[in-house]
Amino acid sequence: MRSINDYITEEKKIEFPNFKSGDHIRVHVRVIEGDKERIQPFEGDVISIRGSKENRSFTVRKISSGVGVERIFPYNSPKIAKIELLKEGDVRRAKLYYLRNLSGKAAKIKGKKNQ
Amino acid sequence: MPGLIGKKLGMSNIFDDAGNRIPVTMIQVGPCKVVGVRTAEKEGYNAVQLGFGEKKKKNLAKPQVTFYDKNNLPYSSVIKEFRTDSKAEYKVGDELNATFFSEGDTVKVRGFSKGKGFQGVMRRHGFGGVGGTTHGQSDRLRAPGSIGASSYPSRVFKGQRMAGRTGNEKVTVANLKIVKIIPEKNVVLVKGAVPGAINSILEIHKK
Repeated sequence: MRSINDYITEEKKIEFPNFKSGDHIRVHVRVIEGDKERIQPFEGDVISIRGSKENRSFTVRKISSGVGVERIFPYNSPKIAKIELLKEGDVRRAKLYYLRNLSGKAAKIKGKKNQ
Repeated sequence: MPGLIGKKLGMSNIFDDAGNRIPVTMIQVGPCKVVGVRTAEKEGYNAVQLGFGEKKKKNLAKPQVTFYDKNNLPYSSVIKEFRTDSKAEYKVGDELNATFFSEGDTVKVRGFSKGKGFQGVMRRHGFGGVGGTTHGQSDRLRAPGSIGASSYPSRVFKGQRMAGRTGNEKVTVANLKIVKIIPEKNVVLVKGAVPGAINSILEIHKK
């Protein structure tokens, strides 16, 4: 299977911090309301990174007023204005779907110990 | 000139201006050489014949080699004829490539679907199967049901849909939009899926 990148040289992309599953990040999303554009942050834990090349996407999960909310972002989405890596998490697996069944303190991801 | 010959390269996705992800099929179109022109005066209809791909000289029959050499054409692996409404303004030796299309064009893509082998009626014709597993019924879940009544007509009508070879048939997908053209690589990106496996030959008809 050929990738689209064989044919299109990727347009200049904003550099993302190199985050992985378990990290706490803030995604700045461009939202268009009427004809105005504004930036809306979405802050949460990365629970999955899937796909490769142009199909790569990641899932961010947060708890918003007691309800779990997940958003899936394609890596190359032009809607992402910026990504901030807030905290590196210490997790043992790549997909953290088990967090969906946990709540409160149990659903907290341990932070990486700084040396 | 209604179309070009192409090759399916695979599927991918790109983003539009609004940031929406669009599924696209990458198709290599051309470069196609005009290898023949049919005119209403001579053959009774208007068409152009296009050649696409490469073939080695040793794999061609001598008459074909002579034909290509005489007209100073490269040895193409596929030749297809495209009907034109009026007399074609192309002559033998003209080259056509991706710039033949423009972004936003609506095209019709024709090709051979993937072969699926011998399939039952559910897969092949969308039958519902014989429902129910109780009342002693068994091994009937994917069966076609009755294929004909007993006393009349006491035979099976012609054209009764049954199991058999599926796929590998000519399929046309109409109203596909060209999202992007990459002229330097002769590639067009078409929104949605097209018939066939990767590397299969397609006809791309301009509307």
